[in-house]
Amino acid sequence: MRTPLTVRLFQSLPRTAWLALAIFAAIAWIAIPAAHLLLPESSALHVSAYTVTLMGKILCYAVVAVAMDLIWGYAGILSLGHGVFFALGGYAFGMYLMRQIGTDGSYGVMLPDFMVFLDWKELPWFWIGSDSFLWALFLVVAVPGLLAFVFGWFAFRSRIKGVYFSIITQALTYATMLLFFRNETGFGGNNGFTDFKRILGYDITSPQMRLVLFGLSAALLIAVLILGRYLVTSKFGRVLAAIRDAESRVRFIGYQPTQYKLAMWTLSAVLCALAGALYVPQVGIINPSEMSPANSIEIAVWVAVGGRGTLIGGVIGAFIVNLAKSFFTVSFPDYWLFFLGFLFIGVTLFLPDGVVGLWRKLRARRPAAPAPTGTAPAVATEQPAADTPPPAASTQGARA
Amino acid sequence: MSPSLHHLLRILWLTLCCAFGSAHAAPSAETLARLAADDSDTRIAAIAELGAEGSAQSVALLDALADEALALTGDGRLVILTDTGALDAASGSAIAPYPDDAEPLMVNNRVRNALQSAKAATNIRATDRATRLAAAQLLRDSAGEALMPILEPALDAEPDKEIRAILALAVARVNLASAEPAKRIRAAELLGDSSDASVKAMLAALLDKDGNGQFAEPDAEVRAAAKASILAIERRLAIADLASTAFTGLSLGSILLLAALGLAITYGVMGVINMAHGELLMVGAYATYVVQGLFRTHLPGYIDSYVLAAVPVAFLTAAAVGMLMERTVIRWLYGRPLETLLATWGLSLVLIQTARVIFGPQNVEVANPSWMSGGVSSFADIVLPWNRLVIIGFAIFVLLLVWLMMQKTRLGMFVRAVTQNRAMAGCVGVPTARIDTLAFGIGAGIAGLGGCALSQVANVGPAMGQGYIVDSFMVVVLGGVGQLAGAVTAAMGLGLMTKILEGWAGAVVAKILVLVFIIIFIQKRPQGLFALKGRFVED
Repeated sequence: MRTPLTVRLFQSLPRTAWLALAIFAAIAWIAIPAAHLLLPESSALHVSAYTVTLMGKILCYAVVAVAMDLIWGYAGILSLGHGVFFALGGYAFGMYLMRQIGTDGSYGVMLPDFMVFLDWKELPWFWIGSDSFLWALFLVVAVPGLLAFVFGWFAFRSRIKGVYFSIITQALTYATMLLFFRNETGFGGNNGFTDFKRILGYDITSPQMRLVLFGLSAALLIAVLILGRYLVTSKFGRVLAAIRDAESRVRFIGYQPTQYKLAMWTLSAVLCALAGALYVPQVGIINPSEMSPANSIEIAVWVAVGGRGTLIGGVIGAFIVNLAKSFFTVSFPDYWLFFLGFLFIGVTLFLPDGVVGLWRKLRARRPAAPAPTGTAPAVATEQPAADTPPPAASTQGARA
Repeated sequence: MSPSLHHLLRILWLTLCCAFGSAHAAPSAETLARLAADDSDTRIAAIAELGAEGSAQSVALLDALADEALALTGDGRLVILTDTGALDAASGSAIAPYPDDAEPLMVNNRVRNALQSAKAATNIRATDRATRLAAAQLLRDSAGEALMPILEPALDAEPDKEIRAILALAVARVNLASAEPAKRIRAAELLGDSSDASVKAMLAALLDKDGNGQFAEPDAEVRAAAKASILAIERRLAIADLASTAFTGLSLGSILLLAALGLAITYGVMGVINMAHGELLMVGAYATYVVQGLFRTHLPGYIDSYVLAAVPVAFLTAAAVGMLMERTVIRWLYGRPLETLLATWGLSLVLIQTARVIFGPQNVEVANPSWMSGGVSSFADIVLPWNRLVIIGFAIFVLLLVWLMMQKTRLGMFVRAVTQNRAMAGCVGVPTARIDTLAFGIGAGIAGLGGCALSQVANVGPAMGQGYIVDSFMVVVLGGVGQLAGAVTAAMGLGLMTKILEGWAGAVVAKILVLVFIIIFIQKRPQGLFALKGRFVED
């Protein structure tokens, strides 16, 4: 007799994790909205619109990081193309937002401004139905999902893996970016979509809408964390981890790695797309630079900083790196790339399991702590010393 | 030349002409009068006459008119105004007192065009070849019937083959408008030797029908000749197009090859994709820039040979950076290829930002030495730029060097051994760790050479290497790891394919199609075009 799904879902997380999620939900859904709407701006506890938007943005990034961790940490597939799925989700929802502008654009016609500018007379065929919210939601899931499925099917079927796969995904990213930079592609070219006015008829710039989007991002993150934990503790997740550690052996036992990898890969892409769809209305713009290879590879470093194969590590990494980015690009714009570069080097050299791994190791020094499960695959080289500084301080990419 | 100096020289020149008597006949008073006429057609005819006559005084008049220095006084005399005084237009002698009521003659665009071709008509007799060539090209595009008396003798007297061909076209072009059908047929046939798209358009215009269904060219024979000539031109243009596509494809291929050769070595030896490989190209390019700067300040006399000095400097600088990277970062990540990918990406960010801090965010200017600028013109107006030719040659040279090193030296043998089977090589005593460092240094150095070559054809800036990592990786994947022949075939194939697709579908679509092609190709042959023979265990 199988345990019902709800029970299994509940059992997949330890109690402390449920508690943490509940606290997080309370903050995101009650405390922050209250602090934003009810407290006066003079109050020290007031949460400004900038902070809400920044946090909402980072929550979307965190979803992407968890999706990345699912495929990299648990299936051993390093994708350098997750930015494409993220941006595609954003574009799919952006089409709807563009249609919602209606006649409020600069030219006062139903066509989006950039099409008027290109002297187009009517919407291209792939814009049909984009004024429907439900169709937009369908596209958000279907387009990146289909792209990921087709791409993954070709790649996994011919057993492309490791570094090869990573670079091919980067080539995909590069090609898609070039495609979206063209005006003729029909997605606004260089400028992308911007100047959104409303969602479902409601003003997009109102504080209430901002909080709704923020709350939805938090909800998505919670859902993705629960789903992710459920998947990686299920039999499916165990087979995936086995594929990560020794693909040939798994195949010899009789499993088909292709199907497992493809399923996780497509799911991961769809989660990215959902995050992208929530991201675009919050930041108010989507353009092809979101697809640049550098953006995609940055996602990997969020996961690496937080700790691979931990799920929560992605969230931590996304927050650390993006808060640091906000800080650096405002205060020391010249040093951001140095920081990011040394972060890449430092984390891979000194913190192979990220911040979460470091914390676990520190806890493991105390006698009673249980051994951690689900960590990254064993590495060939010697483990770095446990007392390495946290990534922010490890700017010397020198010897281990 | 400043205007005043210009005028001064002209005065000197005119004085000389006057002093040594009239070696050339002065233009007639009647021509001068027409030069000042109100009607542009009359003036253009007069200008053409002056051009055909070509005496020094006529040239001076034309120049003055072009500079709007030719003026009409109140009593109807033509004078040339200079900074210091006024000269009589007919004789060139100075006039005193200065005519205050002189009004400069206006020059409209039609007149200016006529002036240019008249000037060209006088220049066609110059002794300097370049002047004659420029004049002939101008005449080919603009000469009218009035210049015929000068074109035909010039064609007969012209010693240079290239200029003769151009002049023949000019004559044919004028004859095409002639009243005699026989002349027109001859001209239409002659124009078939051209490979100029504008000539084709001119011939095609003869075949157009007007509103009443009448051909622009009434004579059927002339039309037939024109049709045959159009076909000939089209064929030649198609061949020229193909040839220039092939050349640009080869040129792109050799750049890809230079970028990918180094990567082929490092990837082959260590199974590590060096994401900072593009930045090693950048290091090489900046090294070239620095060498250029040193030559400018310390050895300005030898500036043309700075590139030769830059080649070893670029190699050594990039090799040093590469070895440093290997020793400090990559070495510690063996067996973890995905982490290496990330760490080398981090290195690339650091290198980019370092270049930005040292040299500024803007592109720096690296000039071609004089012997690399310009080009060789081959048939059908294709010009092969010297810098591209040199890079193709340089790619061959580097390829040869790498081949010699890999096949004929002990180090190369070790590198190949480690590529094929690291553990076994270690067992028989190959110092694999040292080979790794050296191989990485050599791969990086070759990237530096690529950067040095790239600096001659592309922009040199901090982010210049970013675009090359995917391209070089494609070459390595397509060619097969550790295979020189594969890298060459793949680089040239990708270069040609990109350029052919570019001509057909535009640059962006071409890039996308190439990437799609490679993704599909890897489906079929994951080991590349040329795979190493042997048995391997995966995982």
